[in-house]
Amino acid sequence: MISRSKLILPALAILVAGCASVQNPDPRDPFEGFNRAVYKFNDGFDRAIAKPVATAYVKVTPGPVRTGVRNFFSNIADVFIGVNNLLQGKPEEALTDWGRFAFNTTFGFLGIADWATDMGLEKHDEDFGQTFGRWGAGTGPYLVLPFLGPSDVRDGVGTAFDMYTDPVSNRTPVDERNSAIALRLVSRRADLLGASRLLEQAALDPYAFLRDAYLQRRRSLVYDGRPPRERMPDEDAGPRGN
Amino acid sequence: MMAPDALVKKVTLEVVGIIKNDKDIRSGDREKLIDLIGAKVLPHFDFQTMTATAVGLGWRKATPEQRARLTEEFKTLLVRTYASALAAYSDQRFDFRPLHARPSDTDVTVQVRVIQSGAQPISIDYGMEKTSAGWKVYDVSVGGVSLVANYRTEFGNLVRAEGIDGLIRNLHAKNESLERSGEQGKK
Repeated sequence: MISRSKLILPALAILVAGCASVQNPDPRDPFEGFNRAVYKFNDGFDRAIAKPVATAYVKVTPGPVRTGVRNFFSNIADVFIGVNNLLQGKPEEALTDWGRFAFNTTFGFLGIADWATDMGLEKHDEDFGQTFGRWGAGTGPYLVLPFLGPSDVRDGVGTAFDMYTDPVSNRTPVDERNSAIALRLVSRRADLLGASRLLEQAALDPYAFLRDAYLQRRRSLVYDGRPPRERMPDEDAGPRGN
Repeated sequence: MMAPDALVKKVTLEVVGIIKNDKDIRSGDREKLIDLIGAKVLPHFDFQTMTATAVGLGWRKATPEQRARLTEEFKTLLVRTYASALAAYSDQRFDFRPLHARPSDTDVTVQVRVIQSGAQPISIDYGMEKTSAGWKVYDVSVGGVSLVANYRTEFGNLVRAEGIDGLIRNLHAKNESLERSGEQGKK
């Protein structure tokens, strides 16, 4: 068994080396050097494997099938979205989520059709990271997780809870479970093909652009789209004038 | 003067209607789509304010020529990005939210949501300001991510490292590479 210090020391060395090379340190991102290294690794993996597989998936499967796959996994997720809404003190939203699940699972053929949306039962986006945020936990430093991508300390812990409670990962027949997880990953990556193309186009520095978008997006999600107004760093200076 | 929410609705439905019925745009004619945006959408944007806010502190030190070039390059980049987003449009439904504002307000947020199956609706918020020439958009937020705020860090870093001219150079190079890849895409 490897002793702990043997693992921690190289990790620290990478962190320190990484941090030293950052030109404009951002207070929200103290591990930028390390994060950029993981980002690069993820990007390589994405270019080599995830993106080509997702692109092929879009090419070979008809649109309605992909919608069905997305809906199926989205429906399973509604159970714990409801739990998180309840934990956040929003019982009405939780009832909507469980109503969606009940309706789509039965009349929507195990969730393949999302008729609850057409009926006006709106889909929500909740997870444990948002619940912790709602309870008052700060994000902590920004983190890029291997394979999982942008996160922060709070959302990283949240993701661990999400995975632990994920109904798909907890299925007993292992081969079925693995196929389901793989299909869900491909479906999610396929849904992001447009967004990742936009990111490549819009950003001068895709790492910083994705980080800022992630932090803004999560903040918006924690407050369900109505975050308190945040002052821009030099707002007093009135950059709007000429 | 047309109310800001009515303006957003009119322009959105008009542009989406044209895209739906234009075979060239549907089959990927990027230049035609950019021309459409130029004619129908751009007149309602205040790019000078968007650029000033995105550049932040550096804007005050910039000369009038630098400001003009920055605004032009940023505009080109945003239009190209917007064109890519619109090209992905495929018959999603729009939900135009009622405007919460007093008649005397001169700064409002117009909210539109794009409804999709099996996913949370995407919110698009237009920050709009009343000017003598009508309501003008000065920021767009998609899913809670403000475009202008998102460019601030990138632009700030570039200005600190390479100055205003460095930012202009970087934006220009970015736009040129996008134009080249667009031409390749057409062939």
